[in-house]
Amino acid sequence: MKIIVCQKQVPDTSGKVAVNPDGTLNRASMMTITNPDDMNAVEAALKIKDATGCKVIVISMGPPPAEGMLREALAMGADEAILVSGREFGGSDTYATSQILAAAITEIGLDPDDLVICGRQAIDGDTAQVGPQIAEKINVPQISYAADIKLDADGTVTVQRMLEDGFMMIQTHTPCLLTCIKELNKPRYMSVEGIMASYSKPYQVFDYERLKDSPLIDPTTIGLKGSPTNILKSFTPPLKGAGMMLEGNGRETCDKLVGILAEKHII
Amino acid sequence: MDFTLTKEQAMFKKMIHDFTENEIRPIAADTDLTGDYPAETMDKLFDLGIMGMTVPKEYGGAGADGFMSAIAIEEISKVCASTGDIVAGHNGLCVAPILKHGTEEQKQKYLPRLCGKGRKSVGGFCLTEPNAGSDASKCTTVAKLEGDHYVLNGAKIFITSGSEAEVFVVMAMTDPSKGTKGISAFIVENTFPGFSVGKHEEKMGLHGSHTTEIVFTDCIVPKENMLGKEGKGFSLALGSLDGGRIGIAAQSLGIAEGAWNECKEYINSRVQFGKPIAKFQNTQFVMADLYTEIEAARLLLYNACAKQARGERFTVEAAMAKLTCSELAMKATTKCLQFFGGYGYTRDFPMERMMRDAKITEIYEGTSEIQRVVISSNVL
Repeated sequence: MKIIVCQKQVPDTSGKVAVNPDGTLNRASMMTITNPDDMNAVEAALKIKDATGCKVIVISMGPPPAEGMLREALAMGADEAILVSGREFGGSDTYATSQILAAAITEIGLDPDDLVICGRQAIDGDTAQVGPQIAEKINVPQISYAADIKLDADGTVTVQRMLEDGFMMIQTHTPCLLTCIKELNKPRYMSVEGIMASYSKPYQVFDYERLKDSPLIDPTTIGLKGSPTNILKSFTPPLKGAGMMLEGNGRETCDKLVGILAEKHII
Repeated sequence: MDFTLTKEQAMFKKMIHDFTENEIRPIAADTDLTGDYPAETMDKLFDLGIMGMTVPKEYGGAGADGFMSAIAIEEISKVCASTGDIVAGHNGLCVAPILKHGTEEQKQKYLPRLCGKGRKSVGGFCLTEPNAGSDASKCTTVAKLEGDHYVLNGAKIFITSGSEAEVFVVMAMTDPSKGTKGISAFIVENTFPGFSVGKHEEKMGLHGSHTTEIVFTDCIVPKENMLGKEGKGFSLALGSLDGGRIGIAAQSLGIAEGAWNECKEYINSRVQFGKPIAKFQNTQFVMADLYTEIEAARLLLYNACAKQARGERFTVEAAMAKLTCSELAMKATTKCLQFFGGYGYTRDFPMERMMRDAKITEIYEGTSEIQRVVISSNVL
């Protein structure tokens, strides 16, 4: 059994956020971190590794500096890392990204007892689309928003999904893809032993040449050209006004509320 | 000379920084206030592999270098000097001498537990006695060979982690007629018959790091627990102190940097006379000077680490680093506290704690005066 974890290097939004004149993020001038939800995905995989001894492979699509992030996952306890990197992949939106990552996962090979784990969404794009799109393209079941994961020896996967208004329990079977939320776990720190071993663990780069024969890889489906998304405009939405609290449970408070709503022509 | 961190060292620094911010900062003030030993933190530091991190893999460690141990102590001490002190004492004064002078059997027996493998044992170092402080040669604790064991009698004071440590490196006189050449080192467990913890010191600072007396009353120590050769204990102790001084230099540097960091945040938010006090030239000059001195002290420390890593003698470098870093810790905490005004003197801010914690660095592991003796006796 193995677990493939997808990670993304994102700008550190706790620092300075820089925006290009065209509205896209100026990533080069910003500090980077591992996308927080992806850290939960790594931890979920490592917890299963602790219990079963399975292999954990971390994979990311990004520029060469993303190696640092992957090495950190190796220092946390992952066994192998793969960076999917090439000029041909640059400018990909979520559709094209999932196309390329699906090709890379197919290249690694998915066995019947394998899992793919992703973070729910990245803090830069906030789309939550890449995980589910990968699942569609590698043709495995998906469960998003995992707040709890149970894996039985027979490959049954039981997941508690956290939704806005409650939980949903879903069961499926490996191979499948899960996306994790931060409530799932507390990511472990890298260990000193892990750090010392991180640069001697298997590390590969999958470039365009490596993946070009995959049916998923086509100049029209990857990179900027293969991305159906076009950014028309990027702006900061206006802040919502401050709320108003009305206290008291009597008729007077209700009348006041009705009065305000009527005044604003809401009712 | 290039002190650029290796990829592993840089990754390690990031990890220990994150750990310190998330796990130690939230409890640092409370640790000082209650004086409670940070047991949970120590447990986590064992799990991360910080405790005994320089021990090779075959004995349960991570095989890290001394540089990384110094980085760990520096990062932790930026936020909590008590925790930094426990790590420094453990790694520098108990693990290091056993690793360097221990027999294969001693290393197999004690290093794994000092690295938290199987059992998590904090280590201690017993040299100082009531009448043998800076003049450590006046040691009166005696060890008498009786058959297959030594019998230790005497008392040691100011022992870091005395009440929590389980494995101690202890200096005792095996032949009082030979002076310092009659001192030998032993590995003593806290469960050995005749071992007891005496008085707990009430200290000005470092409240989370417990300092106690250790009493040996007909304490039975197996013959095979002699560390190094008979009569070589004093030079083993002095050698350990060279390494220990790197740890305390790192702790001191951490305190100075921690104070500077807190101060930077405060002076940019505190407004007086219509502007943040960081906009006043006096503030800027003092902070610039401290920043420069911190960098200079760091270079001295890293140079001592580099010499140690190359296997060269680093006695003078360790003494210079310890002297400079510890006096800077006192200076930086005092000057930074001043910018906080009355608030700095209160417990609402960490400055008074940092200043109290800083003072001991000029005293233990050899006073500043002893560092000057070490330096001058080697260079004059």
